[in-house]
Amino acid sequence: MNKGVKIRGKVSKPKDVKATISRLFKYVGAYRLRLLIVVLCIMVSAVVGVLGSMFIRTLIDDYITPLLITANPDFSGLLTKLIQMAIIYAIGVLAGYLYNRLMAVLSQGVLHKIRSDMFSHMQTLPIRYFDAHSHGEVMSHYTNDADTLRQMIAQAFPQVLSSIMTIVSVFFAMISLSLWLTLLVLGFAGIMMFVVKKLSGKSGKYFVRQQQSLGALNGYIEEMINGQRVVKVFCHEEKAKEDFQQRNADLCGNATQANKFANILGPITNNMGHVLYVLLAIVGAALGLANVTNYSLSGVSTITLGMIASFLTLSRSFVMPLSQVAQQLSSIIMALAGAERIFTLMDEISEEDEGYVTLVRAKYVDGVLTETAERTGLWAWKHPHTDGGDITYTELTGDIVLDDVDFGYTEDKTVLHNVSLYAKPGQKIAFVGATGAGKTTITNLINRFYDIADGKIRYDGININKIKKNDLRHSLGVVLQDVNLFTGTVMDNIRYGKLDATDADCIRAAKLANADGFIRMLPDGYQTVLTGDGSGLSQGQRQLISIARAAVADPPVMILDEATSSIDTRTEAIVQKGMDALMHGRTVFVIAHRLSTVRNSDAIMVLDKGAIIERGDHQSLIQQRGTYYRLYTGAFELS
Amino acid sequence: MMKKLMKSIREFKIPSMKAPIYVSLEVVMEVILPLLMAELIDNGISQGNMPYIMKIGLVLLLAAGMSLIFGALAGKYAAVASAGFAKNLRNDMFDQVQKFSFSNIDKFSTGGLVTRLTTDVSNVQNAYQMTVRTAFRSPFMFLFSFLASFSIDRKLTLIFVCVTPILAVGLYLIATKAHPIFERVFRTYDKLNGVVQENLHGIRVVKSFVREEHEEEKFTGISKEIHDDFCKAERILAFNSPLMQLCMYSCMLLLSWFGAKAVIASGGNTALGLSTGELTSLFTYAMQMLSSLMMLSMVFVMIIISRASMERITEVLDEQSDIVNPENPVMQVKDGSIAFRGVSFRYNQSSETPVLSHIDLDIPSGQTVGILGSTGSSKSSLVQLIPRLYDVSEGSVEVAGVDVRNYDIETLRNAVAFVLQKNELFSGTIKENLRWGNEQATDAQLEHACVLAQADGFIKAFPDGYDTYIEQGGSNVSGGQKQRLCIARALLKNPQILVLDDSTSAVDTATDALIRQAFTNEIPNTTKIIIAQRVASVMDADQIIVLDNGQIMGSGTHDELLSTNHIYQEVYESQMKGGDEE
Repeated sequence: MNKGVKIRGKVSKPKDVKATISRLFKYVGAYRLRLLIVVLCIMVSAVVGVLGSMFIRTLIDDYITPLLITANPDFSGLLTKLIQMAIIYAIGVLAGYLYNRLMAVLSQGVLHKIRSDMFSHMQTLPIRYFDAHSHGEVMSHYTNDADTLRQMIAQAFPQVLSSIMTIVSVFFAMISLSLWLTLLVLGFAGIMMFVVKKLSGKSGKYFVRQQQSLGALNGYIEEMINGQRVVKVFCHEEKAKEDFQQRNADLCGNATQANKFANILGPITNNMGHVLYVLLAIVGAALGLANVTNYSLSGVSTITLGMIASFLTLSRSFVMPLSQVAQQLSSIIMALAGAERIFTLMDEISEEDEGYVTLVRAKYVDGVLTETAERTGLWAWKHPHTDGGDITYTELTGDIVLDDVDFGYTEDKTVLHNVSLYAKPGQKIAFVGATGAGKTTITNLINRFYDIADGKIRYDGININKIKKNDLRHSLGVVLQDVNLFTGTVMDNIRYGKLDATDADCIRAAKLANADGFIRMLPDGYQTVLTGDGSGLSQGQRQLISIARAAVADPPVMILDEATSSIDTRTEAIVQKGMDALMHGRTVFVIAHRLSTVRNSDAIMVLDKGAIIERGDHQSLIQQRGTYYRLYTGAFELS
Repeated sequence: MMKKLMKSIREFKIPSMKAPIYVSLEVVMEVILPLLMAELIDNGISQGNMPYIMKIGLVLLLAAGMSLIFGALAGKYAAVASAGFAKNLRNDMFDQVQKFSFSNIDKFSTGGLVTRLTTDVSNVQNAYQMTVRTAFRSPFMFLFSFLASFSIDRKLTLIFVCVTPILAVGLYLIATKAHPIFERVFRTYDKLNGVVQENLHGIRVVKSFVREEHEEEKFTGISKEIHDDFCKAERILAFNSPLMQLCMYSCMLLLSWFGAKAVIASGGNTALGLSTGELTSLFTYAMQMLSSLMMLSMVFVMIIISRASMERITEVLDEQSDIVNPENPVMQVKDGSIAFRGVSFRYNQSSETPVLSHIDLDIPSGQTVGILGSTGSSKSSLVQLIPRLYDVSEGSVEVAGVDVRNYDIETLRNAVAFVLQKNELFSGTIKENLRWGNEQATDAQLEHACVLAQADGFIKAFPDGYDTYIEQGGSNVSGGQKQRLCIARALLKNPQILVLDDSTSAVDTATDALIRQAFTNEIPNTTKIIIAQRVASVMDADQIIVLDNGQIMGSGTHDELLSTNHIYQEVYESQMKGGDEE
């Protein structure tokens, strides 16, 4: 099964409806007062609606019929009544406007809050989460799930509330007329709900299938369009069309079924209402004619003809909101499932940070390292000791030691075994090895994207688990093979390394990375706006910007993960000067498959299947005549 | 635009027409029903006439049954028509995309095309379903209700004549006022999604630079923008239902007043004028008329919202492929010789600087040619002209002495196997993927191609061998393995010309050499064009071409270039430096 199906096929029912609803209400709770007003207004509006439908009966029974038999009809009573009704209606309209408007603000507010919370929380999640979930899947929380939620809060919620209000008030109106007829209506409503449930279950089943075949089709489209160039090169168009048509027909079939049942629901409930109408008329008339004792809230009496007529009107006001609620039900369930997925994201455990050692600006006063607010260019680790309560300062130098480190992405599979290495300040350490040998994994451990299973990593003699993650990462610069630029100007992108950097700082960094030249050639120079991950730039240019970005951050330790592999060797030779300048005086970890890049390292670690199998500088490794020698000479076999 | 899209309805025209027909029949029933109900009250219940109640009740049930059948049929055909329309739209778009040339593909982003084929089509489908059901239903309902009330009482109908325009204008104003805001909101939504997307892709950068808060600020800012705009739009839309209620209640009050007077004037006698039952029916018709207007405005809004989707779909359908088969195409490629005659090329006719300029080249059949140059020197652009993935802007490219524009495209592309720089495998077994090169290939042929591409070894090491399932995007094989599979796939075409566009970059140098060795020994008559970053990959070629800034800066054998071409020297130096330490 491909990924697309897995992601988009998820239209399952919510697992814990209660918990989800109560969490949603917590968000709505922030608008407690407004919500109260909304509920009140909906109540008023619903009651006015019921009064409206009952008024017709009053009009006929209490005004027209009596007036009909008077010789000289006096309309003043009717006029008073109409004015009275006009006022009631006006209140209803006002309440309607008020709740519509308040609800709009409320639902958008809640949604804004949920979105922001979701994003904020996402930012705190460990890299593991992002590695384990596809982008499409996470993305759908922001689009599909948030959207169904919005519809539910803005539309379904007020509608259901208003329907319930109507149902309740009509129920009281009915029960005040006749118990027997009310029971009849309730019984019939039960049957109706049953039919609706059956039908919406059927349509729901097909909606799930529709989502699944949509997912399958999406996956296919994505794959084919991504590989469109390959399709062209192999003249595979006809075959692609055939496969597409088959999946498309599947989707069409399921969509037809799903929509068919959903569409039929309306006419069915509507006409069942008509059946009820007839049933009431017959039963009511029969009861009335048979003079059956009638119980109601207003007392015991017999069924009158006017009463039946009123009841008929009421029965319609009762059935209509009922079927509305029924039709909203499936969308509410879908929205709750979406909300639950959003909350699942929010419940993902954040990156844990028990670190208490922080990075502070420092200076030497009389040979003693002390904290300062000045920009001295000197940094220190501030280490408060839990037992004694005293604070020690250690200068930040970039000394890194890995001591017998084991690690696995999952508990049952270790990918790094007994890795030990040290990097003295200013040294350049290279990792060499095949894809999957564990090179990147090691760097992921140093900046604590992942936590080690066993062993120790020390930074300037401090166990990195004790260092606050943010401070640890501030002290490490990273340039990755996959460059990620952000929408904004080139300047903004460089400044990403250090938000308070001046323009001059950024330009200096760009010059250091040899990026200044091409940036000036861009249409708006440093102010050129990059969009779509800098898609207008070549891979090499994007890489240079990312190097400048790391340079402006000016960290004592750098990790270069295949940073220059997408730059051709000739350009690399040009960039190399900048890179060397960048690396000067820093501890650098370099990963490269191009051995020429790592040759001048202080130490080269050759990794295989998660273990260091050879180590030493270029010279000594060549003399060892081992794996490195074979790798290195592979390039020379041909000459 | 609509016309263009309507063409895709095709075989679903009949259900598309049936739906509104059944809808109108349903509407007729729905207009008759209140009449019957009034009758039931007036002459049945009010008179206590049980047999009459039964009689009218039966008729009512019958009418309800018909209304149900018509309604259900209308619903069914609306579903069939809209789902079918959507299916045809998707098919047409997909067919169109298959016709696209590389430059057409460049124009649309992958994500953009996927959205157009899915979300946009769904939007249009919903709008279409709504249209065939409601766009006819509402006017019919309005018309029939109007006629029915007109037949009951002409004067009272004047009330509707006065109130409906107020509602119509009001609804129209609301829809047109809210629409631009909604359009803006949807654009802001794109921005929001963009930020999330960027964060997902660049999460390692965000975390490395500890920029979580910075990103949050960005996100919250845009989210707030959406919030504000949405609130603005919804505040306008909030007038919708109160306006409806206002008109509704006004009608009721006016009807009550004038209706009461009319009933009393006629003495409640239908023959002389208005009866009470008829007055009740008028109330129902008022309700039906106004709500049908309301529905109409909803359809209106829905169509407006889906208009953006329609535009995006038409953009794809309207896109003309710029590479089409010639009339009387040449159906055979005789050999693998290639010639470039004064070729210039720009991706975009309007761009000033050409990507390639003044390229003249002669490659005899069977030669191995290396192409070297820095990133952005247009190496890929050069070779993409050979199988006519793009057309030249000036000059001509010839294969076997014939201008590539005179060949049948499929013939040409089958003769030129092209291994792309950014290559893709598709979900399916290794065998299925390889058979892209040649559908009829036997297992032995597949294996042979893989042996040449040095892929046989690792494939056999997989538990399922050649039946190993490749995940989407080839995520379960390494970069080097993927490249070798792609080479094997191209070899299966048994081509006259084989182009490798930086296709062994992830393959280790020793294997790379073995692959080239195999080419020389096994397919000596195929012209081989190799683009590479590594000098080692091309230095034993018959001819090496050095490209810089879209121009040929030199060509010749390794030794010739090493002594004459300074770019070549630099590249060689940069890669071989340190080798002399030995």
